[in-house]
Amino acid sequence: MLELDDLHVGYGRTTVVHGATVHVPEGGITAVMGHNGAGKTTLLRAAVGLLAPSRGRVLLDGDDVTRLRPHRRVRRGLAYVPQGQQSFPQLTTAENLQLVADTRPRGRARTDELLDLFPALREVMSRKAGLLSGGQRQQLAIARALITEPRVLILDEPTEGIQPSVVAQIERTIADLTSGDDLSVLLVEQHIGFALSVADRYYVLASGRVTSSGDGGDDSHATVRAAMAI
Amino acid sequence: MDALFAQLFAGLSLGSVLLLAALGLALTFGQMGVINMAHGEFMMAGAYTAFVVQSVVGDAGLSLFVSLPAGFLVGGALGVLLEATLLRRMYHRPLDTLLVTWGVALILQQLARDIFGAPNVEVRAPGWLSGNVDLGLLQVSSARLFIIVLSVAAVVGLGVLLKTSPLGRRIRGTVQSRDLAETVGVSTRATDRMTFFIGSGLAGVAGVALTLLGSTGPTLGTNYIVDAFLVVVAGGIGQIKGCVIAAFGLGTLQAAFEYSTTASLAKVAVLVVVVVFLQARPQGIFSVKTRSLV
Repeated sequence: MLELDDLHVGYGRTTVVHGATVHVPEGGITAVMGHNGAGKTTLLRAAVGLLAPSRGRVLLDGDDVTRLRPHRRVRRGLAYVPQGQQSFPQLTTAENLQLVADTRPRGRARTDELLDLFPALREVMSRKAGLLSGGQRQQLAIARALITEPRVLILDEPTEGIQPSVVAQIERTIADLTSGDDLSVLLVEQHIGFALSVADRYYVLASGRVTSSGDGGDDSHATVRAAMAI
Repeated sequence: MDALFAQLFAGLSLGSVLLLAALGLALTFGQMGVINMAHGEFMMAGAYTAFVVQSVVGDAGLSLFVSLPAGFLVGGALGVLLEATLLRRMYHRPLDTLLVTWGVALILQQLARDIFGAPNVEVRAPGWLSGNVDLGLLQVSSARLFIIVLSVAAVVGLGVLLKTSPLGRRIRGTVQSRDLAETVGVSTRATDRMTFFIGSGLAGVAGVALTLLGSTGPTLGTNYIVDAFLVVVAGGIGQIKGCVIAAFGLGTLQAAFEYSTTASLAKVAVLVVVVVFLQARPQGIFSVKTRSLV
């Protein structure tokens, strides 16, 4: 489905990710874990097209999309929820959703379906996104990404700075969404417990390199903790 | 009392011209961080468009109403051409864009001289805009009143476009976070191009409006570009509300200073006021934590 193949990515002359290879198969959740500064977000920014890799390829359904601009990757089924509950702060919740719905033929209907999935957003539709709580903004960010009806959803630390009840809801939603084979999730997390509780397979990234990978079985906690040296 | 109202009207009139000139700049500067010194030459192109349209159409009234959309299209087309060939490589490099667009402005001025000749040309105002209108307290020039109405219509039109249309949402989204807009499926390049088209088109409309106030020459735009930038900066970059207040504020100040001194001294005084104001409030009239267009 999505393959990050031997990616070398950085900022200017500084390389942050050194030849990382991550495969996200069809269906299920793939988690990428690592400490701060391990290169997780840099890897994702290259996957969605915000950073150009100096080497390596990004493949979507076997097609090389490495040189494709981010919005073209979205049309091919890639959606991205960036770190830090990002939104368009001066647009209302409704406008944040509408902005994306405008770009899709089924956008309006899809927005209604997603508001059923995130009912809390209905109460803040006319409020500027910059005034929402962290949890509301994260739900908005996930709903906004899902309007595009993606086949791969990339989530960058969706639980960071979010209260536990909302984390539980996000966890349930992700599990529901990936119950069929229609959606694959690439999840980046520092929160190992959360990531391994939902992931079908995992990669550990340290200093920009994949140091461990495997299936999210019972023994994965110990392996991941060892790979992350905690 | 009459003199006071007359000066106030002169201020509003000057403000409305500045507003037409500055609206497009506020859009392109706010969204792309581009200092477009050729914006004044897009006004000049709009004014020559009115001249050409009138040579073809003949009737002054009809030609004005054909010239307004034609000026918009000519200004817009020049803007898109500039954006696509040069500026797209220079976003958020204001000093580079300043130099490059200044060069483009000189080229456009020379082009106008080559095509239309160095002497100014005249565009006839329609009969119904050549007299005065009695507003009770004072007699005002119909042409100036028309320009005030035109600039208010431009602001309202732009506000409605930004607030309610899909393009407006894309423009505001791109201003607030370019990366996020791209990753939710918005082509920010196409949005930039449309923004440039609209912003430069508004300059073209301003140029058509200026033909009602005086003759048209190759350097018509240079008289307004600095004042238009003052309006954009004093209003708060990327802020349409601030732009409106700053345009009418500066227009009124200029008219008031002109009343008590001379036109040249008034320019200096306005510049001093803006410099002092920006020392106290560098972000302009409206403070912006996130740049916003409405």
